[in-house]
Amino acid sequence: MKRVIFTLSLLTLAIGAATSPAFAQTLNTVKQRGVLNCGANGILAGFGLPDAQGNWTGFDVDYCRAIAAAIFNDPSKVKFVPLSAKDRFTALQSGEVDVLARNTTWTSSRDTSLGLQFTAINYYDGQGFLVRKSLKVNSALELNDAAVCVQQGTTNELNTADFFRSNRMKLKTVTFATANETLKAYDAGRCDAFTTDASALYAERLRTTNPNDHVVLPEIISKEPFAVVVRHGDDQWFDIVKWVHFVLINAEELAITKANVDQQLKSDNPEIRRLLGVEGNQGEAFGLTNDFAVRIIKHVGNYGEIFERNLGMETPLKITRGLNALWTKGGLQYAPPVR
Amino acid sequence: MRRAEADRKPAISPLHDPRWRSVAYQAVLCVIILALFYGAIDNAAQNLQKARIAYGFDFWNHPAGFEISQTLIDYSTASTYGRAFWVGLLNTLLVASLGIVFATIIGFVVGIARLSRNVLVARLAGSYVEIVRNLPLLLQLLFWYNAVLKALPEVADSLVFPGGTLLNNRGLFLPQPIAGESLSLVPLTFVVGLLGAIAFRHWAKRRQESTGRQAPVASVALVLIVGLPLVVFLLSGMPVDFAYPEMGRFNIRGGIEVLPEFMALLFGLSIYTAAFIAEAVRAGIQAVSHGQTEAAYSLGLRPGQTLRRVVIPQAMRVIVPPLTNQYLNLTKNSSLAVAIGYPDLVQIFAGTVLNQTGQAVEVIAITMAVYLAISLVTSLLMNLYNARITLVER
Repeated sequence: MKRVIFTLSLLTLAIGAATSPAFAQTLNTVKQRGVLNCGANGILAGFGLPDAQGNWTGFDVDYCRAIAAAIFNDPSKVKFVPLSAKDRFTALQSGEVDVLARNTTWTSSRDTSLGLQFTAINYYDGQGFLVRKSLKVNSALELNDAAVCVQQGTTNELNTADFFRSNRMKLKTVTFATANETLKAYDAGRCDAFTTDASALYAERLRTTNPNDHVVLPEIISKEPFAVVVRHGDDQWFDIVKWVHFVLINAEELAITKANVDQQLKSDNPEIRRLLGVEGNQGEAFGLTNDFAVRIIKHVGNYGEIFERNLGMETPLKITRGLNALWTKGGLQYAPPVR
Repeated sequence: MRRAEADRKPAISPLHDPRWRSVAYQAVLCVIILALFYGAIDNAAQNLQKARIAYGFDFWNHPAGFEISQTLIDYSTASTYGRAFWVGLLNTLLVASLGIVFATIIGFVVGIARLSRNVLVARLAGSYVEIVRNLPLLLQLLFWYNAVLKALPEVADSLVFPGGTLLNNRGLFLPQPIAGESLSLVPLTFVVGLLGAIAFRHWAKRRQESTGRQAPVASVALVLIVGLPLVVFLLSGMPVDFAYPEMGRFNIRGGIEVLPEFMALLFGLSIYTAAFIAEAVRAGIQAVSHGQTEAAYSLGLRPGQTLRRVVIPQAMRVIVPPLTNQYLNLTKNSSLAVAIGYPDLVQIFAGTVLNQTGQAVEVIAITMAVYLAISLVTSLLMNLYNARITLVER
């Protein structure tokens, strides 16, 4: 199925059926279609994973739901397209999906040569290593000559090579096309270490046969800023997706939650009134309705709620906010004001 | 008088001449096809430019930055994407060519076994063909890969074979021979022996044609080709050292490393394709009518000679065309390597390189062109062979 999508994407790219006019009008296209096509992970707990009933959950998934809520006032109007790391950009380039929310690292070359735009960093991550406890390794710097299982088409593949090269260590990588195959090979003993983004490392550890036999090493070897990605050349769509994130951050900062958003509509605070569209016509400037922020918060909550629901201490992943705390609380999450 | 009239060409305008017309139609068709191709390429380039997607082949010389687990030529993370392409291509050719050799051997053995008078052997061969042929190849590859990984011991408890070979779930590690100084004599004598064997065969054939006396070509050739270099090797004091694989902190170091991914892929491809080849071989042998064998016997040929000189040459005519197809299939199927992490052309080039550069159209076009070229060369060679063994018709 993925292969079919990929081939079709390639075909449309080559023939150029999906030319710029279609690209430029993403919002209208989505409205006409009545559903948002969202490129998602599909096999990563916490970020994008369908359950047995086909209900998708995850941090990235909630971003797509937030965009759908802003447009349709209905977070269920999303069609999730599971994409492998390798195929994700081609699917977005060709118009197969409208947004790519798939724990995707923002890098300069991806920004410049893929014809894509990274909207805003919604998760600050870094790459780490998972090893067997029996190896008695305490640091990634002791991994000289180790075999490392890594997923193909990720920044992880390149970071691992860089890390070993800069520390003058010998490396044997074994690369696989999907995260499942990569983890399975590590679990079977093909590699000494498994590497991916730290956020995923905890989720993947839980999927090994005996999670207690494995330990995450303390080093974080790279910067992995995740962002939701859109196609180049549609500024309106770029603004919408970017500001859905800023609305989520601002809402947390102003303590507007899923539960209290209706009461907050009566607030006297001008910042809250502008964000929720009680004053001004910010929403219409985006091509949406003025209450688009209310719709988002009512359906998916603010940034903190999304984080806690999918990744936080109440989930099996137990990831702390860390760098992803608000700037007011010592983290890096910061949003421009609504004005 | 009548002849001259018939020879004179009728005066018709080229417009109505069927020969001119067909040439013209074909020329127009060619122009249309070329124009379509040009249009598609030009359109794609323009659209890519408009969408701000990088295009062209500049990426070929940019540094790749990723590791590859099996490299037949020098490669490091500082090498270029172009270099990575060659690494992938060589890995594909390696597994495809070895796969063709093994699949052919297994296929011929099983195909002949299916016709065995021994019921057990025939049934075993038959069930092998039916089971292997009817399961999807991808499934079989995953099965073999997991079988290899699960069945073999962890790296710390490697199986040690006499001679210093180690086997574990990280692969097979063989001692690596290191050539001494006088070793170059050995290949030299091998060439001499080979030429000698060819000359002897030529002489024996001529003598048999003129006198009818046969010479033991096979054993003489064996002595010349294998025995002579072996004697030289021993006399020169066995000028070979071995680098033995040893256990390091995590992995085996030194020696020749055969990846489990490679073994699983080679195994899976050979076994799968062999089932089809076996069927082609069986069909080929059965296509030679039994009368041929009887005729050969009545001329006084022994069973072995009958098989070699009468049955197989005729069977090959039937076997070779489907065999070519199977060779092509095996080569193309080797791209399923991507599922089990073997770094072939598709995995490296159409996988990682495509993803890192984002230039899907160029990368896929190159990959398709490469597979097309490999397939065309394979069929060309097989067609030459086929032409050589075709029944000479009189």
